[in-house]
Formats: sequence, C-alpha cells, structure tokens
Amino acid sequence: MSDIKVSIKNLYKIFGSNPKSMVQHVENGCSKADLLANHKHVLGLNNVNINIPARQIQVIMGLSGSGKSTLIRHFNRLIEPTAGQVLVDGEDVLSMSEDQLRDFRRNKMSMVFQKFALLPHRTVIDNVSFGLKIKGLPVEEQHERAQKWIDRVGLTGFEQNYPAQLSGGMQQRVGLARALATDADILLMDEAFSALDPLIRNDMQDILLKLQDELHKTIIFITHDLDEALRIGDNIVILRDGAVIQQGAPQEIVLDPADDYVRDFIKDINRARVLNVESVMEEGTSDSGLSFASTTTLEEALPAMAAANVTSANVEQDGTVIGMVTLNDMIGGIARPARHEGEGVTYR
Amino acid sequence: MEFLDEFPEMGRKDLRELKKGIDASFREFSRANGDGIEAFFEPLMHFMVWLEKLMLATPWPIMILIFGLLAWWGSRSIWLALGTVASFLVIGYFGMWEDTMATVAIISVATLVCIGVGIPLGILMSRSDRMQAAITPILDIMQTIPSFVYLIPIIMLLGIGKVPGLLAVCVYAIPPIVRLTNLGIRLVDKEVLEAADAFGASSRQKLFDVQIPLALPNIFAGVNQTIMMALAMVVIASMIGVKGLGVPVLRAISNQYLALGLMNGLAIVALAIIFDRVSQQYGKRLQKHREGGHGV
Repeated sequence: MSDIKVSIKNLYKIFGSNPKSMVQHVENGCSKADLLANHKHVLGLNNVNINIPARQIQVIMGLSGSGKSTLIRHFNRLIEPTAGQVLVDGEDVLSMSEDQLRDFRRNKMSMVFQKFALLPHRTVIDNVSFGLKIKGLPVEEQHERAQKWIDRVGLTGFEQNYPAQLSGGMQQRVGLARALATDADILLMDEAFSALDPLIRNDMQDILLKLQDELHKTIIFITHDLDEALRIGDNIVILRDGAVIQQGAPQEIVLDPADDYVRDFIKDINRARVLNVESVMEEGTSDSGLSFASTTTLEEALPAMAAANVTSANVEQDGTVIGMVTLNDMIGGIARPARHEGEGVTYR
Repeated sequence: MEFLDEFPEMGRKDLRELKKGIDASFREFSRANGDGIEAFFEPLMHFMVWLEKLMLATPWPIMILIFGLLAWWGSRSIWLALGTVASFLVIGYFGMWEDTMATVAIISVATLVCIGVGIPLGILMSRSDRMQAAITPILDIMQTIPSFVYLIPIIMLLGIGKVPGLLAVCVYAIPPIVRLTNLGIRLVDKEVLEAADAFGASSRQKLFDVQIPLALPNIFAGVNQTIMMALAMVVIASMIGVKGLGVPVLRAISNQYLALGLMNGLAIVALAIIFDRVSQQYGKRLQKHREGGHGV
C-alpha cells in the first residue's frame, strides 16, 4: 500500500475541568456515559489510531456527536488533544512551536468548512486569495494564482461578487478554491458538502473527484452521509462515541460490517452501486464468454449479464482473468446482512 | 433604643477632616502636576483653536459648500446635502454662525479624540475577559456620574478653558465607542475566525483582516453614538469656558430669554440631525456587500 501521510496515534480528547486525570479512567474501560455520570467529563475522542495514506481520499464518518469534527480539528491543532500523537510526514504536530504551527497551517494543510466561513466583506477573488495574503505573497501573484483556481472550480466571471450574492453551492466552491490555492498537499474537509442541496452536493462531489484525479492530494473528508462516504472515499473510518469502530475500503465495510452500529448504517444504501465484481468473485473461470473489469459495479454488471443471457462471467484485471462471478454470488452480495438476534443498538 | 433611631454615622468633625484631607491632597496634586498635564494637552488645544479659526476665516459660502459636499459624500443623498445647506443658511441668517462654527470645531476634535482613544481601548477589552471586567465598571461610572461632579476636579486641574471643556465632553462621549468596538469584535463569527486560524493567520492578521472589518458596523454605530453624546454636552461644556452654541443657551436660562434659548437650542438639534443622518448613511454604505439574496 502507498506511504502513510498522516498518522494519528492513541489520541484522546476529554472535555472538562481536569481532562488529563481522566485518561486513566478511559484507558481502564470507562465508557462515555459513565465518565459523564461519575466524573463530569465529556469523552470526545477515545484512543483513536488512524493511518492515512498519501494521495487518497480518507473519509471519517459518524453520526453527530461521534467526535468527527473534534477529530479533524486535531490534524491542524485547532484543538489540542488531551493525550496522543498527530504525525504529518513523520513530524509531530503537537510539538511544534507557535511559529512552526503557523507555517505548517499556511503551507501544508488547508481546510474547507461546513458553513463556508468566507469573509463577507471581501470579493470572491479576495476570499480565494486569503491564504496567499496570509502567506505574504505580492498582490499580483495572489490574484494570478487565485484566478487559476476560480477558473478550475467554475466561478469565472464572479470574481468581483461578494459571498452574499452567491448561492450556497457557489459559496462552497469559493471555499474549495481558497483551500486549493495555498497548494497545501493535505486538504481537510469538515462536512464540506453537508449544508448543500442533494443535487448541488452531487455536483460538488464530481468537482472534487475530478480535481483529485489530477491533483492527488491527501484529502481528509468528514461526513455523516454514508452515500457520500462510499462515493468519494478510498478509505473509510467509522467513529462512534469518539472511538474508531471500523476502518477499511468501502467494499469491506459494506460486505463485512464490524458490528450492528455499522450494519444499521449501511442497511439503506444501494449495495449494487457500491460493490464491484471483484469483491464477490470466486475462484475459477467462466465459459460464458462475458468478462468484466474488476472495478465494474454490480449495478453495471447485472444488466450486462441479463442482456447476454448468461449466469456467470469472468473478472479481469489488466487483461488477465483473476476469477469469476456467478449470479448467485452477486445476489448474495446485494442481500442485506441479517442482524444478530437480540442485540439492540440505540443511538443518542 | 438610640442605636436604631439614629444612624451610627461618622463624627461630624472626622467627616469634615476627611473631606478637607481629600480636597487638600488633590489641590496639592493639581498644583504639582497641573502645568505638566496642561502642557500634555497643549497640542490638542492648538489644533482646536486652529480648526475654529480656519472655519471662521474661510468665507461662509465656501464653508457651506464644504458642509454640503461632505454631507453628500457621506450619505450619497442629494436631499440630505440640500437640507444641510439650508440648515446652515438659516443658522447664519439668525446670527449664530460663529457660535455654530465653534461648536462644530469642538465636536469634531472631541470625536477624533474619542475614536483615537476609544477604538484601541475597545480592541484591548475584546482580547481578554479580565480587561473587559476591569474597564466595564469604569465606563459605567463615566456614563452615569453627574457631569458637574467630574467638572470639579477637571477645573481644579486645568482651570477654565477649551481643554477642560474638551476633556469633559470626551469623558461623557467615549463610552459608547469603547463598548461597541468591544462588542463588535466579540460578535465576529467564530467560524470565520477559525478559518483564519486554519490558514495560519497571526493574531495581527486576524485583527486587521477579519475582526475589525467584520466589527465595522458596530464600531460605526459607536462613532455615531459618540457624536450624539458629544453634542449633548455642548451646554455643560460652555459652563467651563468653551465657546459655542452652549453660551447663549446658558445666558438664556439665567435671563429667561425664550427666543434666544430656543434658536440656539434648535441650532444644536439641526447639527445633531445632520451629523446623525450623514454618519448613519455612511455606515450603511460600508455594509453594501451584505445585500443579496443569500445570508452569510
């Protein structure tokens, strides 16, 4: 697998009057509810360990209150952890001095916000230039580089508008362009598309994926929307009550949910659109004459098989056959996994 | 039960001694430092005298034209500009030109002093809760203590004249701009500040690129309030030797000249309305970018 860009190790965040002393209780297995009831401290993050590979989209998801927004603010140290490590390119963010940290934020990591957080008194181009202005670049260069990103996100012609004159989707394009303009290799996106209408959200996901195809940045994307996570994520981490419940590729999470919480999460998704033929294939070869690339989704493969009137097909990777799928495999993949009897999950 | 009927007050003699002691020590202080303090404020006095002389030396039609243009520049409203010109013409026709110029001069200088001292003080207050807790009660005192009470130490220190008058006006007029600067900066959207942090802004960059510009509507409301309160002090300031529209009002009070009092009073009202409308329109114009179909 590719090299690790960002690594979070044994990260704890506890809110309250004396958080440091509470780490021991949490390590000994004290739950979020017990910590609140017995010690009046709120458990934000509980022993989080994540390795984020370079040049991929890492999605962190969970319901509200699961700690995902708290977690993303640890990457650039907008929030100080109670205990643990945050390593970026092997460098410990938590040991940086104030000057080093400012430099790090200016050059290494930029951020897109859920509510856009644009400057209402600045025009679009000045908003996109914001990070460059902070860096102290000359005005002409700021505007030249900002213009490039304004064009890339499709806002050409709106340079002199104020944020209040734009729709939500366009405002978030400004937010995205502002984050890209600093040329940081790591992009933090805190529920960046959650405030947008579904259609606009789709558009923005397309823009992001298209840009990522060329830019290959390391993107850390927070969302509560599983469809979004499955669509854009190369890897997904699922958080609950501040702890990581499962991490892996979208396929793995859909096929093999770690517990009923994750199972509930994935029960309403369109599995045929997420799963590809490789994830349900078996050994052997098919003589049906039909073959699919390994990344073909079941949604695409099934009608093709029906049209060819066959019940099995080969799966190919780079031109060589690596296995086969049968209709039964595919139906099994689409079927919703059964819940374990008697295990109720309640969410708060 | 003598104890309950009579309040156990301090002995009359002790009280007199205490008051005498305070008076004497302050007199001592003002004798020792009065000249120094006066010297400190001298440039301010020169500026005020220079401004007043300049306005009186300029031919009146030019002054009226300048006022009209300033009103138009501030408000972009032709009616407000015409109203300003008309008001000054009427004021001049009723023989109040010189007093009005003196009043405009002191109000302008007082407003500048209040802005120069008040905005930095407000910024300081917004940066720490302790600072806010320390300054707020002082502002409360400045706004509620009867003006005559703080005129006493000011006169003891600086005597009678323009500078003590200016100080008295500023003491009364500065609280709103300090309060509203502090409030405006504290109300700045936390998300936008977080974004500035995330892009690595230093606290200086945050102050000048984010906090002050976003607080500007409130700061401007403070400037407007400060001007209004400075105008309200014109009559009281005239009691300690400030020339202007307050002097004839005082004369009218002591001699029961109804017409004189009414005319000069109305001239103050006219100034207040002009200053208020022009500065409000200007403040609104600064906020033009907030208009549009979508809130931020």
